[in-house]
Amino acid sequence: MSSHSFLQVRQLRKSYSDAPDVKPVFHAVNFDIEKGEFICIIGHSGCGKSTILNILAGVDEASGGTVIMDAREVAGPSLDRGVVFQSHALMPWLTVLKNIAFAVKSRWPDWSDEKVKAHCQKYIDLVRLTGNEQKKPSQLSGGMKQRVGIARAFAIEPKMLLLDEPFGALDALTRGTIQDELLAICAKTQQTVFMITHDVDEAILLADKIMLMSNGPEARIAEIVVNTLPKTRTRADIHHHPQFYKIRNHLVDFLVNRSKTVQQTFVSDPNLIAFPPQVMPGLDGDSVDPAAAHKAPPPVLKQIK
Amino acid sequence: MKASLLSLPIKAAILSVMLLAVFLLIWHIATVPKETASATDTEYAKLMGGGAPKTTGLPTPGQIGEALLKQIRNPFYDNGPNDKGIGIQIAYSLARVLSGFLLAALVAIPLGFLIGMSPLIYRALNPFIQVLKPISPLAWMPLALYTIKDSATSSIFVIFICSIWPMLINTAHGVAGVRRDWLNVAKTLEVGIFRKAFLVVLPAAAPTILTGMRISMGIAWLVIVAAEMLVGGTGIGYFVWNEWNNLSLTNVIFAILMIGVVGMLLDMLFSVLQRAVTYVE
Repeated sequence: MSSHSFLQVRQLRKSYSDAPDVKPVFHAVNFDIEKGEFICIIGHSGCGKSTILNILAGVDEASGGTVIMDAREVAGPSLDRGVVFQSHALMPWLTVLKNIAFAVKSRWPDWSDEKVKAHCQKYIDLVRLTGNEQKKPSQLSGGMKQRVGIARAFAIEPKMLLLDEPFGALDALTRGTIQDELLAICAKTQQTVFMITHDVDEAILLADKIMLMSNGPEARIAEIVVNTLPKTRTRADIHHHPQFYKIRNHLVDFLVNRSKTVQQTFVSDPNLIAFPPQVMPGLDGDSVDPAAAHKAPPPVLKQIK
Repeated sequence: MKASLLSLPIKAAILSVMLLAVFLLIWHIATVPKETASATDTEYAKLMGGGAPKTTGLPTPGQIGEALLKQIRNPFYDNGPNDKGIGIQIAYSLARVLSGFLLAALVAIPLGFLIGMSPLIYRALNPFIQVLKPISPLAWMPLALYTIKDSATSSIFVIFICSIWPMLINTAHGVAGVRRDWLNVAKTLEVGIFRKAFLVVLPAAAPTILTGMRISMGIAWLVIVAAEMLVGGTGIGYFVWNEWNNLSLTNVIFAILMIGVVGMLLDMLFSVLQRAVTYVE
């Protein structure tokens, strides 16, 4: 089954030194992403989340391991993967329209100016920035800038969208609005998304699966939490759902307690690749043994072919 | 109207005019011819030009004003090699500065791009730049005269060599300092090398490059006066030296004033260009 997954990450490793006494930032990172899935990755600073995203984007190189997307190995950047950068990364000398047009022209160099403009307009309307086409980024608020960044990433119609903490610098109100918009756009376009966040609530609202990363160095993906809340969840009703706090507590408990100790449970057999176990804390019974919640389920091991 | 009601620029302008008036008044008092000159004055007058009537040394502001009016009324007259209008002299100087400057820009900006993009080339060229940069441009003059064998071209070379460094260094700094994020955007969009250079790196580095060009132009205008004093023939620098030989301090002071005004105009031109390419982050 896993050989048909849209994105396959195998034994990914990143180390900043070849010296044997220097531990890699992360290693033995294995996961699959299916088409149309929304994945969030959570972990403490320094565990290498951003590096994983940059490797997927092709702007950083892994020290080992492979990434295969759509049956092709990821080596270097590609227009198949749209990136929304943490700092929005808009060109300040270009207007909103021209920032998006720069991306659109990169993707379809043969398109006429009218076609490029019409295409850009579609995505400007999608992120509800109609009327701001001729503004420079400096004339926009933080939330609007990030929307331009999202529109630019969507406009090239990538096979996969990579978001590096896109809402980190926004105030809570703006963040909420853009989260709703992102959710609506993704539902409409069936976009595959890989997103880094520090915000547990954001992850539960947006993600189908939440990857939990242990602390670095030698960080790994410790487990994958399947979001069992209904797809129709909204920001307004999500916290009324009985499963919400179970999932939330599980995530917070991981970040606060288990992310430090979970490493000890990892097996390191060079002939086996360890897939992080999938857990569904939302479906746990109420009479769960509190001690069991702190015990990590064993990783799924597979023989290396 | 109360003073506090005036805006800052108007207040500043009034103060400037007052300072100018005070300066002109002191100048006038200091230089106006006296009926009974003291011993030192007579001696000084003898030294400065005994033959000239009424002159006691430095010209009065009035005399400068007269010379200014006379020259401005007819700036392009040409009465032979030693008597040309100020307009012609400035045009010669500007032509030399612009050709030397443009040649320097043609070399410095592409080379600066290369240095800024490649740490290897930066390290390889850095020692040469560090040694060549502090050399006074006029030190090149004998070598230029010997190899080029033409004084006018030599002065253009001197302008070239003095204006290349600020442009080169600023271009390299601007290009090397382009934000990682913007380069990553270009990278993830699979933008080609030329499209990246012209649509991302150039606009991002343009303010720094223009600053370098502005500094270069300032230096070129400083150096041209000295270069023309050496090579002679035409130009504002030659004009100053020629008028010193004529012992016409009036024309020397007038020329100094013109050098300042033209330099200011050149600088203003570049500040306009700089504002045009500056972006707010």
